Amino acid sequence: MGNRSVVPFGPQHPVLPEPVHLDLVLEDEKVLAAIPSIGFVHRGLESLTSKKDFNEMVYVAERICGICSFMHGMSYCMALEDIMNVEVPRRADYLRTIWGEMSRLHSHLLWLGLLADGFGFESLFMHSWRLREKILDMFEASTGGRVIFSVNTIGGVLKDMPADMLKDFVRQLDEMEKEIRETTAIFLDDYTVKSRLVDIGIISGEDAIRRGAVGPMMRASGINVDMRKNGYGAYNDIDFEVITSNKCDSYARCEVRIGEIFQSIDIIRQCVAKIPDTEINTKVTGMPNGESIIRVEQPRGEAFYHVRANGTKFLDRFRVRTPTFANIPALAQTLQGCQYSDVPLLVLTIDPCISCTER
Amino acid sequence: MGQFLPFSKQVLKNLFSEPATTQYPFVPREYPERTRGHVDIDKDSCILCGMCMRSCPPGAIKVDRAGKTWSINRFDCIQCGYCTEKCPKKCLSITPGYQEPGPEKFVYMVEVPYEPPKPAAKPATPTPSQS
Repeated sequence: MGNRSVVPFGPQHPVLPEPVHLDLVLEDEKVLAAIPSIGFVHRGLESLTSKKDFNEMVYVAERICGICSFMHGMSYCMALEDIMNVEVPRRADYLRTIWGEMSRLHSHLLWLGLLADGFGFESLFMHSWRLREKILDMFEASTGGRVIFSVNTIGGVLKDMPADMLKDFVRQLDEMEKEIRETTAIFLDDYTVKSRLVDIGIISGEDAIRRGAVGPMMRASGINVDMRKNGYGAYNDIDFEVITSNKCDSYARCEVRIGEIFQSIDIIRQCVAKIPDTEINTKVTGMPNGESIIRVEQPRGEAFYHVRANGTKFLDRFRVRTPTFANIPALAQTLQGCQYSDVPLLVLTIDPCISCTER
Repeated sequence: MGQFLPFSKQVLKNLFSEPATTQYPFVPREYPERTRGHVDIDKDSCILCGMCMRSCPPGAIKVDRAGKTWSINRFDCIQCGYCTEKCPKKCLSITPGYQEPGPEKFVYMVEVPYEPPKPAAKPATPTPSQS
């Protein structure tokens, strides 16, 4: 038996700008167990419901995460619309789907960059982020913001995208698709990249279910789970297949996310072709009274929203379970038995967003 | 296992292509029309109703009806645009151009030339004839 020791990983670590702490129990260089602990950036956004009214909370919900900000705002609005029995105009559903898929695109490109940075491939990191920048420009042209979009409102969306803007976006995405294909081919084919990803951090489908993993983590273990298939927004009109992989390792997680980049581009194309010409929001009056549960597929996985209202302008309860929180137990499982040098990379493969997790 | 040096094609491309970044301070960034940079007010149509002050999530806007001023602390503003949605006169708008950083927070104040309508004179009630 080798020497046993406990090495702390984080909360400050060069690989992640966000604070997550892991106590790694090592035997020589091999990780025997990883004990995660969180709670370093708790901001108490959920309890702001007692100070901000339910309309202002849209802007607070958006600020839960800097990457999935659109989806957080959207899910909060969906929950309130469900409580208040508001029918959202179809065009608003389509616009939300387009912006949602653009969020997925930029989140996955960001993740690919971070992954490349994690294994020390700096130029690949810069290329991924160069591509992501164009998506951010598209966001700024359509919503007015690069990170926080503030276009969701209870009852629809606040800004419309005219037909020529949508066409221009599709043209830009067509051009980008070639470049993304060139860049992602390196992730999938390069010898050095593969040596860091293949057969590392294996989690079987059975374990992923037992640990309650969500999103690409689950799909990379061969489990077909995607909340978009529940048909919220415009997804029931869109033709797409859930991307899964049976390899169960870090390479599979990379493969699934790369597949989803191209799938998102395809979904945006389908939305632009089918978008109906209706109003973009309905006027909502009255106070919410009731309870709602919403599940949406964010880039990192399934997010769960629970909102309870009591007929006043302040909500009773607002609770979010974000994908990273659900993936932390699965992360602890993947770390068991890995080499110490692979820990930063494995933490990255769940696409951690700690600010989301702690809200 | 994998291809050897598949990145070389990109490397060659990089050598002979334009940089992806701009020469920032010399070439200023152009913002799209919809950029939410800062809140502007058309002071002539403001009626000092205070809807923007009550709806502002961070509480950056202050409306003083007595002193006839509308003020905003741009360092607190989160550019969400909720005030522009709520404004009944649509005199608030969000335009490109961010607040520049500075050593101390200051409040931007506008004097609003709004005159509240004088209460209408009471209609003369016919006095009951004394007969």
